[in-house]
Amino acid sequence: MTVEKLCKALGGTVVSGGAAMNENVTGYYCGDLLSRVMANAPKGCAWITVMGNVNAVAVALMAEAACILLAENVNPDPDAVEKAREKNIAVLCCGRTAGELAVAVHEALCHEQP
Amino acid sequence: MNEVLLLHYEIRGGDFIHAGESSGHVKNILKRLGFHPNLIRRTAIAMYEGEINMVIHAGGGTADVKITPEQIEIRLADHGPGIKNLDLAMREGYSTASDSVRELGFGAGMGLPNMKKYADDLKIRTAVGKGTTVSILTKVSRNQG
Repeated sequence: MTVEKLCKALGGTVVSGGAAMNENVTGYYCGDLLSRVMANAPKGCAWITVMGNVNAVAVALMAEAACILLAENVNPDPDAVEKAREKNIAVLCCGRTAGELAVAVHEALCHEQP
Repeated sequence: MNEVLLLHYEIRGGDFIHAGESSGHVKNILKRLGFHPNLIRRTAIAMYEGEINMVIHAGGGTADVKITPEQIEIRLADHGPGIKNLDLAMREGYSTASDSVRELGFGAGMGLPNMKKYADDLKIRTAVGKGTTVSILTKVSRNQG
């Protein structure tokens, strides 16, 4: 499923998009401790977090997350948005909690039409 | 590629905005050179952990990268405070990061364990009051990791 489709399914707001919206989402990961994300987040995941700083963008880039999914309507820092756009990382914002988002992403991936 | 590629970076202490730029640059170069995606990811994460450690703990330092067709060698050197207890530092969950650094999402105590996890060889030389040199090696032969 593309980030674009996932965003529509979740009703999220695109903070940083462009070509990154075509990335393929193949899983999901919840977490805010950056090194834990790099240790355990699967490549191609939708990374659900409340960490909206510039370092989160760097971590998404290293871990090769398909997108950053900001929970609880967290507003990313302006320099994070700038870096995400520069590095072509999709950042989406949603009102739901991280747990609710994980369930929603799981359902969207399970119910995706082939 | 057949030749050896050498890269050098200066990493500034406390600069969280640019932290990761050198690891990101190496990642892009490895992609362009056509290395296996898993090797690229392992190398980038291990280097980023080292880079961020120098930003957080050491007041910055240097990164030297040697890329050959068989392996990638990364040498991160700083003149920071050194690591008092390396055994403890290698333990998952142990961290000396300040509260302000933890608020940024760092300080999980996973930096060195992550480097060990993703590298094929990790060497750390450290002296209290003098600094630390971390050598990370990733090998093409383990490209499925």
